[in-house]
Amino acid sequence: MSKSITVRYFASFREHAGTAEEVVDADVATAGDLFAKLANRHGSAEPLGHCKVAVNDEMADWSTPLEDGDTVLLFPPVAGG
Amino acid sequence: MRITSNRIDVGKLRDELADPAAGAYAGFEGWIRNHNEGEQVLRLEYEVYAPLALKEGDRIIREARDRFPVLRAECVHREGMLEIGECAVWVGVTSAHRDEAFSACRYIIDQVKIRLPIWKKEHYRDGHSGWVNCERCAAHGHAAAEKRA
Repeated sequence: MSKSITVRYFASFREHAGTAEEVVDADVATAGDLFAKLANRHGSAEPLGHCKVAVNDEMADWSTPLEDGDTVLLFPPVAGG
Repeated sequence: MRITSNRIDVGKLRDELADPAAGAYAGFEGWIRNHNEGEQVLRLEYEVYAPLALKEGDRIIREARDRFPVLRAECVHREGMLEIGECAVWVGVTSAHRDEAFSACRYIIDQVKIRLPIWKKEHYRDGHSGWVNCERCAAHGHAAAEKRA
């Protein structure tokens, strides 16, 4: 079943997607599925392990199940400090 | 945990950690350097997703307090455009003795670098710019953390 997911892109992902946020309708079970589905949007060749994800403003992992109406934040590899 | 777009006033922050029971203070400052991986860096731009950086930063400080007998601990990270020599991140810890102050300070900065949703874009002398991909720093951080554990 297709779910309506709000996706937010950060840093290099945002620049590649050309937008900070968009709503997508996707038939995906997990955050990892969504990441794979949106490969041409975030443009990442990074393995999932180097990137991070948050769902509804909580840090999550790629196996986190997604529900209709969720907001998913896609983070490229972080580089603080 | 604090995020700021203003200059980090290290002296003021250190004074806020004062505690009559403290026999040690350990501080770490991360500065903007003028080179990275063979490129001459002019300035650096930090992007921070503050809602989660604050939440995760507070979690890291709590973890440090659970692991080490610390009196006070705080961390401040900059966002926005920074010039060479500026302080990008500061960690300060006070404790009764120096060992735990050093250990907790090290723990906090290592975790901050690999866990907080913060990205940096380097602006180079030749006019181009690029996002720093911190995979290698992350790998070093993990290795160091494992060694200490």
